Amino acid sequence: MPEPMLPLAITAFTATTALGPGLKAQSDGLAASRSGLRRNDFSQAPLDTWIGRVDGLEDAALPADAAGWECRNNRLAWLAMNQDGFADAAREAARRHGSDRVAVVMGTSTASIGATEHAYRTLTENGAFPQALRRRDVHQPNSLTGFVQAALGLDGPALTIATACSSSAKVFAAAERLIRLGVVDAAVVGGVDTLCESVLFGFNSLELVSNEPCRPFDATRGGISIGEAGGFALLERRELAPGAPRLAGYGESSDAHHMSTPHPEGLGAELALRDALARAGLDAAEVDYINLHGTASLKNDEVEAALVARSFSAQTRASSTKGFTGHTLGAAGIVEAAYALLAIRDGFVPGNLNASQPDPACGPQMAWHNERQPVRVALSNSFGFGGNNACLAFVAGDHD
Amino acid sequence: MRPLEVFIQGVGLWAPAVATWADFKPWLDGAQPDAEPGKPRADVLPANERRRAPDSVLLAAAVAGQAVSASGLDPANLASVFSSAHGDQAITDYMCATLAQSPAGLSPTRFHNSVHNAPAGYWTIATVCHAACSAISAGDASFGAGLLEAAAQAVADDHPVLLAAFDTQGHGPLLSMTQVTLPFATALVLSPSRTPRSMARLVIATAPITTVTRARDDRLHAWTTANPSAAGLPLLEALAHGAGADVVLAASAGMALHVRGETLT
Repeated sequence: MPEPMLPLAITAFTATTALGPGLKAQSDGLAASRSGLRRNDFSQAPLDTWIGRVDGLEDAALPADAAGWECRNNRLAWLAMNQDGFADAAREAARRHGSDRVAVVMGTSTASIGATEHAYRTLTENGAFPQALRRRDVHQPNSLTGFVQAALGLDGPALTIATACSSSAKVFAAAERLIRLGVVDAAVVGGVDTLCESVLFGFNSLELVSNEPCRPFDATRGGISIGEAGGFALLERRELAPGAPRLAGYGESSDAHHMSTPHPEGLGAELALRDALARAGLDAAEVDYINLHGTASLKNDEVEAALVARSFSAQTRASSTKGFTGHTLGAAGIVEAAYALLAIRDGFVPGNLNASQPDPACGPQMAWHNERQPVRVALSNSFGFGGNNACLAFVAGDHD
Repeated sequence: MRPLEVFIQGVGLWAPAVATWADFKPWLDGAQPDAEPGKPRADVLPANERRRAPDSVLLAAAVAGQAVSASGLDPANLASVFSSAHGDQAITDYMCATLAQSPAGLSPTRFHNSVHNAPAGYWTIATVCHAACSAISAGDASFGAGLLEAAAQAVADDHPVLLAAFDTQGHGPLLSMTQVTLPFATALVLSPSRTPRSMARLVIATAPITTVTRARDDRLHAWTTANPSAAGLPLLEALAHGAGADVVLAASAGMALHVRGETLT
């Protein structure tokens, strides 16, 4: 087990999802139990499914000096970073510490593959990319991180983590190591994934997509709803902001089981959970809220429900928020980190939307409806293809 | 920052002309001809997986297997970082071409193999490894960013970390963007402390980006221009010759790594 770590302050955070741009849209949507899912109207030959789509990206061009980065994913990154004063907070951190002392660590599963798909649909007669899409930086997994670093004027280490649906949870771990070792003094972490044909038809080919709004932890759930989202957090040393909420710990593990099916006993998920609690110096009994991975896939929810039921007391509350946003894939880690931080900020446990008939594997920890109660410690689970697991632990800051 | 000090416990390398790290020095010296054309030998994968595995998985597993074997460490407990600028380009080309023509016919296996962490996933499954495992990208700076991430993890958590850096050859229309004309992969097992197996000591510091070090051997220099994962070759070249190394590698658009290497006997 790892040694306990010094917590880091989260001096700014934000999220943009199908519920709308910024934290107010998130907390309003959660409080009203309003799903952001809609019937699939995204692709040219829409599959019969529901999606979490962010409105307005089609008209939200990047600023002229960033035109080379144009694509749906970077538009969503730009929209998301300009909510809740996040971009200003990141630029202020760069002024305070030096632009080379602020790392950028972003998670994504498909980055701007939508732009590459577009190029393949519109190849020239010679089979080449059309002129407007001949932009090398966009047709690679690092497109998002490259854009974020340029848009915020940062010159420090920069890294894309692409471990499918755990990507933007693991960014917190990579950033913590760089700050602990003094490589940097602050880090912009986050994740953005946007709707594209690759994931809609890809998950459909695996028969994991529901033809109705996803129903996490329902006994008769029919699969996932794919969503798009973006979010960011700014990590700095705790002394700079004692009142700010904290990253207290994280755990990372591998299932070593199967590329697209979780370990049947949740072995990797449990290792990540125990690792996160050990790093945070916390006991399971101290956990007030867990934002679950809860994708509404048959296997994930079965395994995760059993893990929660055997690991926590009934006082711990747990829910999936995928019914609000859809499964936002590589952005799920940061979105649900933001929801865990909102639970701490507002003393609010979001109800597990869309489940009318609880899976019998679920324990008494499940919050089926919204609950108001103080939350000091909140966890967030994120599990990805390849059996890649992460668990994050957040705690409230000092209040005097 | 205090420079990060790590020890190299094992190295892996694969290029079309050189199939292993053990062959690299004799090949550099002209004592060994180019390797016969063939796929990377990924012995760690079960035979049925090896037959079906995409090129990215074969490349990464081949070099990771060489490095871990030399380190004497048990891969089941070894944390890992898999770094690649472009992932599996043949699969990306297949996905985009299929989605443009007949999206409903997309292969589920190719889809789950399309995730950037597919080689990482196959590696952890084959080695029954439950440790932390990451898959990263940093464009043309992917090797340097991976080296920083792996070294940081080794020092911060005081355990060895496997770094595997690989890029497959470009395919189809996408090749005009990625410009990767040569498959290449390399791997390092990094330890935070010196052991009898330590081959070299590395001292890694960050600095504003300047000119990166050029490989001395023109053949290696050509590889570095044909594959982003080959960016570590100036370091590997010096280590292969048993000489000290003092190289500058890109770690991001604005940041470089200064790596001082000292071979140990």
